[in-house]
Amino acid sequence: MTLEKPVRRRLDFKNGRVDLSHGAGGRAMGQLIEDVFVAAFDNDWLRAGNDPSAFDVAAGRMVMTTDAYVVSPIFFPGGDIGSLAVNGTINDIAMAGARPLYLSASFVIEEGFPLADLRRIAASMGEAARGAGAPIIAGDTKVVERGKADKVFISTAGVGVAPPGLNLSSDAARPGDVVILSGTIGDHGVAVMSKRENLEFETEIRSDSAALHGLVAQMVATAGLSLRGMRDPTRGGLAATLNELAHQSRVGFSIQEAAIPVRAEVAAACEFLGLDPLNVANEGKLVAIVAPQGAQALLAAMRAHPLGAEAAIIGSAVEDDNRFVEMRTAFGGGRIVDWLAGEQLPRIC
Amino acid sequence: MKYVDEYRDGSLAKGVAKEIARQARAERVYRFMEFCGGHTHAISRYGLEDLLPVNVQMIHGPGCPVCVLPMARVDMAIACAMNPRVTLCAYGDLMRVPGSHASSLLKAKAEGADIRMVYSTLDVIRIAEAEPNREVVFFAIGFETTTPPTALAIRTAEKKGLENFTILCNHVMTPPAMRAILDGASDGDEAPVRIEGFVGPAHVSTVIGTRPYEPFARDCAKPVVIAGFEPLDVAQAILMLVRQINEGRAEVENQYVRAVTRDGNAKAQAAIAEIFEMRESFEWRGLGWLPSSALKLRPAFSGYDAEQRFGLKTKPAKDNPACECGAILRGAKKPRECKLFGTLCTPDTPMGSCMVSPEGACAAHWTYGRFRETEAQRVKEVA
Repeated sequence: MTLEKPVRRRLDFKNGRVDLSHGAGGRAMGQLIEDVFVAAFDNDWLRAGNDPSAFDVAAGRMVMTTDAYVVSPIFFPGGDIGSLAVNGTINDIAMAGARPLYLSASFVIEEGFPLADLRRIAASMGEAARGAGAPIIAGDTKVVERGKADKVFISTAGVGVAPPGLNLSSDAARPGDVVILSGTIGDHGVAVMSKRENLEFETEIRSDSAALHGLVAQMVATAGLSLRGMRDPTRGGLAATLNELAHQSRVGFSIQEAAIPVRAEVAAACEFLGLDPLNVANEGKLVAIVAPQGAQALLAAMRAHPLGAEAAIIGSAVEDDNRFVEMRTAFGGGRIVDWLAGEQLPRIC
Repeated sequence: MKYVDEYRDGSLAKGVAKEIARQARAERVYRFMEFCGGHTHAISRYGLEDLLPVNVQMIHGPGCPVCVLPMARVDMAIACAMNPRVTLCAYGDLMRVPGSHASSLLKAKAEGADIRMVYSTLDVIRIAEAEPNREVVFFAIGFETTTPPTALAIRTAEKKGLENFTILCNHVMTPPAMRAILDGASDGDEAPVRIEGFVGPAHVSTVIGTRPYEPFARDCAKPVVIAGFEPLDVAQAILMLVRQINEGRAEVENQYVRAVTRDGNAKAQAAIAEIFEMRESFEWRGLGWLPSSALKLRPAFSGYDAEQRFGLKTKPAKDNPACECGAILRGAKKPRECKLFGTLCTPDTPMGSCMVSPEGACAAHWTYGRFRETEAQRVKEVA
């Protein structure tokens, strides 16, 4: 004899909030996973309900990466913490020249977080993952007491596969190599700051958060082995990325300020916030190091892709034991572009 | 960006640079001090030095509010913040200024002190209103530019009847510091620095006007050119100083006419005068104790004085003996001449205040200019 099934109340996505039971391993947690995450990420692996998900290994070099996202505010012009987490992990995979295959996502949720917001974030993650052809096939959910986390933190990991023989690395820049930037800098950081408490200002600037694997595929196809390395200039901005490349590759860089694309609105916002766009975070841009003979073809290929339409050659690698990133300013003088000391603004991604 | 890009225009800069080179007489060296950290920052960030002939040299001055704050006052702020009832609000630049024993507000915050970074004094008022059970203290620092906003905060607090709001007042004044540098004020015993003219403050002068520099220029026989903070402003001011020197003039000239008048901002001056009065003497990092160089709250507003409310006392504090911030603030030494520069002292782990604020001479040189050191050697040889 089968007992009558208890009535399963639907999650209240209008006024409901995450409570501690949603992380307790019981039926409430099962329902949250089912109705929020499985519904949004929508794939057979998750529907199977296993903790681990199995998949066949593709031929080529596997790459793996992991990230944590704590951005505040969680919704900002041009994106939210969910799409940011997915795109960020895809971009880390793409910087190895790889195609993203599978992702995982873990959530640390603060007690009291609105279910509607959680669903909105999950939907945005599902959409971003589907767009990239990289399903989220594993995950975890934890709920902590109010005040022990701020709304929601997301940790993502991903695996991808790079074409055989391609070995992009940040230590591969050689003097004479050309530096190409895929587009305008500072959009993400300024978009997030514009919504920050105490800092709010009116602007049309949207985060550039985007998955770059498509652009990268086109770049790899065009430049092949003349492409030495790529990096996405996230926290610390273009300045940090160039300094990291310089130190890892044991070279210096010589760049031209006038060649670096910056939106007028971003420049204006940085001006009154006292920031340098070179230090401001990006979430949909990349810096490519390419051997000189491949530079023009690569630039053309990047400009042919919507996410690289404003790509520009900004300088070149030079011999320099000091590993300085030197910039000719638009004003006509020279200066160093250094890492930012301390923290510009916490929780930008 | 309209009204900004024009002042950073490379082709205009070339024109001014050419004119400076034409007018500067080859047989002499022109040594000018840019008083303000804002100018130091602009010179370094835009690479202005590269546009100057080798015999026109800039000496960085002490006009960086964070840099001139003596260690004893930082210690006082930390002691105040460690009071569990206190919420200390400070501008972001102050967080990493070293106090005694490698302490800082940032470290005190990590140890549990309630210290918050603010962007304006109005943020502080908001915090005091929202949290009536906290003693909200504003760590007020700066020259005449930041004094009016502090005065406004006191007025606002009075109007709103806020009893949990006080300030730790460290407001200082520009003209006495300029004079002290020429008089050879020092915490060491070196001779006064040879300076032939000053690039005068931009923002400070929007408040006080150009008139307060007139007795200084006359008495000390040194030209002063008030200049904006954009690189072209500074370049033009340098050209004006070269002309004055060549013509044997020592006048106050105003390059920054788009913002500065002779009499300044009367409202801001009135707000300062209403709330503050002169301190007898105040300690400056690098310049020592200078009479009539800083402000304190008038007796009528002493209720807003954190020093009184919390019985804060100055304890003598000593900088690291190897730290040359003092000599650097007086223009007597260049950052590279400090043994700690770039080794133990960097913007990531500052030991001296000049390495903390982006307006500090050491931080500006480290962040933007240190590639130029081989060139600096060349300039020294010419001099």
